[in-house]
Amino acid sequence: MRSYLARRLLLLVPVLVGVSVVVFLVLHLSPGDPAEIMLGSQATQEDLARLRRELGLTEPLHVQYVHWVAHVARGDLGRSIWMKRPVLDEVLNRYKATLVLTASGLLLSTVGGIILGVASAVRPHSFLDRMSAVTSLFGASMPVFWLGIVLMVVFSLWLGWLPASGMWAPYGEGGLRDLLAHLVLPAVTLAAASLTIIARLTRSTMLEILSQDYIRTARAKGLVEQRVVFRHGLKNALVPIVTVVGVQAGYLLGGAVLTETVFAWPGVGLLMVQGILARDFPLVQGCVLVIALTFVLINLAVDLLYAWLDPRIQYE
Amino acid sequence: MSKRWGRNQLALLAMIVLAGVVLAACLAPYLPLADPDAVDTVQRLRPLGHLLGTDEFGRDLLSRLVWGARVSLLAGAATAAAAMLIGVLLGVLSGYYAGWPETVIMRLTDILMAFPYILLAIAIVAGLGPGLRNAMIAIAIVGFPIYTRLVRGIVLSVRGREFVEAARALGSTDRLILARHIVPQLLSPVIVAFSLDVGAKILATAGLSFLGLGTQPPTADWGSMLATGRQFVILSPHVVLLPGLAIFVIVLALNLVGDALRDFLDPRTYSS
Repeated sequence: MRSYLARRLLLLVPVLVGVSVVVFLVLHLSPGDPAEIMLGSQATQEDLARLRRELGLTEPLHVQYVHWVAHVARGDLGRSIWMKRPVLDEVLNRYKATLVLTASGLLLSTVGGIILGVASAVRPHSFLDRMSAVTSLFGASMPVFWLGIVLMVVFSLWLGWLPASGMWAPYGEGGLRDLLAHLVLPAVTLAAASLTIIARLTRSTMLEILSQDYIRTARAKGLVEQRVVFRHGLKNALVPIVTVVGVQAGYLLGGAVLTETVFAWPGVGLLMVQGILARDFPLVQGCVLVIALTFVLINLAVDLLYAWLDPRIQYE
Repeated sequence: MSKRWGRNQLALLAMIVLAGVVLAACLAPYLPLADPDAVDTVQRLRPLGHLLGTDEFGRDLLSRLVWGARVSLLAGAATAAAAMLIGVLLGVLSGYYAGWPETVIMRLTDILMAFPYILLAIAIVAGLGPGLRNAMIAIAIVGFPIYTRLVRGIVLSVRGREFVEAARALGSTDRLILARHIVPQLLSPVIVAFSLDVGAKILATAGLSFLGLGTQPPTADWGSMLATGRQFVILSPHVVLLPGLAIFVIVLALNLVGDALRDFLDPRTYSS
């Protein structure tokens, strides 16, 4: 396992270099002078020159990249032009909110998807199975931001059961209860599509596994059905399920940008969109970098989980 | 068999819906619709009067939905087509020519796939600047690696087959082998992937427009209609519900048609 971990960590290096190059280039994609785009047409020559100096735009591109990486490695993501504060502080302030939302979405979609998938596989072509098929088709076609608005209209505006936006009540004392009440709608919105995908994959994998000889043997020796399904069936279905959960984690991190915008959830995604509209490149770079690094780490965790679930993978 | 027939009927219905929307979008200038950009503040946010009501500026919602269909459908189809073309080209190159082209192309796709899909699109739009054209470029860039991986896998499996070796032994050039023996093998999986991808691309462009990074006002597009209508959701939910429903129905129809196409072109993958 240790050598596998070392190999896997070594493979991270080119990915991290690639991610840093892409994030760095975001600033340089703009067809004009980034300083002029950020400060607008009203900016004075002095302001423009100062910003160019601040961002290091006067140097050759590869030198700028090396400087930028060196600063990032020291935890310096630059200063937000819009907020006039260090980018890292702003991003870290919002990071917790994004993690809470994404982790809740992932938990909901994984647990719900596995339960629904197993139930569908145990009784194929039942009413529940058919409903699950229809829901998965709907889930793949529904814009996440629209689902969020529909849920908000129904549960907040019409029924008044749950708060419509934000992470905490503006005049409340906070606390877990308040957070959970605010979390329900964004988490359900974010999890919906992933839940249906995980459910369909779990169903098809479980159907294949439940028709194997060793399952027949387990039943023949008189094991309780529950034990056959969970101990012998689900345990062996976990590798493909973990794969899709890993992919969905990335989808959820991306989807969080849209969900945070709908529910005014104070996360990195909302901050990034605000940064783009304010043409605040350092802030946008910081947000993209943090989310991308999180995704890279999730992928690493998924790979390590594979090796733990199926030790043969370590020797491939 | 009866289930398959049921699915076919559903696909047929989806195809009729799709054809209807495409036809309406193409014929929008000739249909008896109100001007989609004509502002009438007296008539703002009316659910009745006009067939589907009016938006926050008193503009006719039906007309904006039909004109918006032109933008949304075109954006979805064009970005999927661009992603497919780039992806297939790079996939063929990396699958057929081992060595540095393969290494460069596959590392590039690895890096692009190291980002959550929509996040990278947003980052690219951040650099290029908001607007429909830039949003489409961004989505095409983040969309091509899927095709590259798909095509490379097929080319790798076909490259070593006997009929390719026979063609090479007969003195065929690489170009001839690719055109006559390898590209035809790609057609059906790529067509299936493309048909399922158009819906995903419509969702992605609508998402960017919803964030204010795609279509800019006053142009009607389903995503931007949703974004601007969101502020009036308490007063007039129809302003938000209708464009979202339009996106949902069209993407659902595309997914159903894509599924049917997959069953038709590749019956081996057919499953319940």
